[in-house]
Amino acid sequence: MRRFSWFNATSLTLGFTFLYLPMLILIVYSFNGGRNVAIWAGFSTKWYGELFRDKAFLDAAWVTLRVGLMSSTLATILGTMAAYVIVRGGRFKGRTVMSGMLYAPIVMPEVITGLSLLLLFIAIGLDRGLVTIVLAHTTFTMCFVSVVVSSRLVTFDQSLEEAALDLGCTPWDAFKSVTLPIIAPAVISGWLLAFTLSLDDLVLASFVSGPSSTTLPIKIFSAVRLGVSPKINALSTIMIAIVAFGVITASLINKRSVTKRLRDEQEAAAS
Amino acid sequence: MAQPSKTPVVFAPWEDETQKPIIQFKNVTKRFGNFTAIDNLSLDIFEREFFALLGPSGCGKTTIMRMLAGFETATEGTILLGGKDISPVPPNKRPVNMMFQSYALFPHLSVWDNIAFGLRRSSMPKDEIGARVDEMLRLTRMEKFAKRKPHQISGGQRQRVALARSLAKAPKLLLLDEPLGALDKKLRHDTQFELMDIQEKTGTTFVIVTHDQEEAMTVASRVAVMDHGKLIQVATPAAIYETPNSVYVADFIGEVNLIEGNAKKAGGDKYEVSWAEGQAALRGSCPREIADGTRVTYAIRPEKVAISADKPKDAANAIQGTVHDIAYLGNISTYHVMLPTGQVIKAQESNTRRLANRHFTWEDKVWLSFTDTAGVILTE
Ligand SMILES: Nc1ncnc2c1ncn2[C@@H]1O[C@H](COP(=O)(O)OP(=O)(O)OP(=O)(O)O)[C@@H](O)[C@H]1O
Ligand SMILES: [Mg+2]
Repeated sequence: MRRFSWFNATSLTLGFTFLYLPMLILIVYSFNGGRNVAIWAGFSTKWYGELFRDKAFLDAAWVTLRVGLMSSTLATILGTMAAYVIVRGGRFKGRTVMSGMLYAPIVMPEVITGLSLLLLFIAIGLDRGLVTIVLAHTTFTMCFVSVVVSSRLVTFDQSLEEAALDLGCTPWDAFKSVTLPIIAPAVISGWLLAFTLSLDDLVLASFVSGPSSTTLPIKIFSAVRLGVSPKINALSTIMIAIVAFGVITASLINKRSVTKRLRDEQEAAAS
Repeated sequence: MAQPSKTPVVFAPWEDETQKPIIQFKNVTKRFGNFTAIDNLSLDIFEREFFALLGPSGCGKTTIMRMLAGFETATEGTILLGGKDISPVPPNKRPVNMMFQSYALFPHLSVWDNIAFGLRRSSMPKDEIGARVDEMLRLTRMEKFAKRKPHQISGGQRQRVALARSLAKAPKLLLLDEPLGALDKKLRHDTQFELMDIQEKTGTTFVIVTHDQEEAMTVASRVAVMDHGKLIQVATPAAIYETPNSVYVADFIGEVNLIEGNAKKAGGDKYEVSWAEGQAALRGSCPREIADGTRVTYAIRPEKVAISADKPKDAANAIQGTVHDIAYLGNISTYHVMLPTGQVIKAQESNTRRLANRHFTWEDKVWLSFTDTAGVILTE
């Protein structure tokens, strides 16, 4: 263990202040009793109450939730499949290019992804709405799932699959009854990650959403343009909580399965 | 008084022209990139055989097994199973089960479920599966651990589960990749006999990889000694031991004294090997014809070398030396005797008498003797 120095303490504090002070202010002011967002007028949860009575916000929340669930599930299925083929598919032509291309959307500016998706939907005559947002989010989050799942698959002992085949499984059966249960933690954390990403996406959603399907981030963004209301603070606080929960759970699941695996391996080596 | 004239039925299908082998390797070559793991190998294995693959690490034993199980395809040549080319048959359709060298137990399933895994995917009815799994657990003495996960049992126990899992489906051909390496000597012996028993009862063909030559000698009907992806000798354990075809095989199987010299015909299959100035030539046999003056190696097993204080009168071969070292191994002792040439010859004696009054001790002058049928002359 390195000794704790003043330099380290200062940089840590500075860094975290920079990262979390804005959010902290937002959270604190969501409990502000007054109407003016900049002046503290005593603790109150009335904005939360008001938020839950606002139908427009509730509708947006419902849309966001459905989009999140559908797109993350779809992204998990597709992302896992892609990861499996990239890691396990053996050496086929264009594998390196394909695995590189799979991760490109991560670094691609969202504006470009959004624009190209919009053009695609217009070209095929797909009306903008819930479906288009789900598709857009699936495209965007699938590569994140792929990254998480493929990093687990790389360390997965292939002889387990071979043993399953040897004992009479079809390849699909082997995947379902051996591979999937073992990589499940990575798949679940991939799903949570996808869900979280879908929940707080603004750029893609504003390109491909229609009038009947406003997601929460869009709602917040447009509401803020008319003036910041404490209600928005309350809503944002809830979203921060959900996102934080998702990200932390995903990393915990991953970490637990990694430490468990390490422990199992050590036990195996020790015996 | 009439002697019962029952000739024992010898199991030797490889000597019978009419027998069809169950497995045939025909000029099989396997390359990984430009590394040749299996080099133009041809081999017949017959039904009900207990065939052992023996060889140093990395010589291609596992690769042979994997080709039979269907995880690798031959780069060249064909592999026939029951007369049919198996290359288009996927692993799950082959009547073959393999026990993996790394065990490959399913970490998310209990010992019981691991063993039942293959049975659940067969046409066996549910209630029979339970009985079969229990039988396998009993056989491998794992009843107490049925509910545990693989990471909760020891290495040897894991090996037994892997064995039980591969035996459970009672396939036509069983491939065991070092099935008993992690077991203690007693359990290993017991399991060896269990395997032989299973083989007797079910008529399964076994191909087994082992690093333990004693194990190969005990269980195998035939042994294949390999080196660098090639078969060096394929024969019965006795033949491999008594008449190895090369220095490599003689040296690989059991202990052996090797003495180099020049051969000279001495009538029949007997030859004389002159090996050092002023020493009598060694007499031994070789089934092959050797030209006079060929450089050869005279191989003699330590247990065939007798050790005595006086020169034995009618021994075909006798050499004098001094006791250099004595290794006491419980039931036997190995004497390392140094010859005047500086070479050390090992002689093994069984310890019938107590250690305290054994004959010879360090620096004693002794005579080593052996018959002319005990020594084998090797040209390679
Ligand atoms: N997938 C592979 N790619 C490249 N080389 C391989 C591969 N599999 C095996 N080899 C090589 O082929 C050779 C034979 O390997 P194999 O596993 O058959 O050895 P083995 O006889 O079973 O050894 P051991 O007794 O150590 O298990 C080795 O030199 C190994 O490095
Ligand atoms: Mg091996």
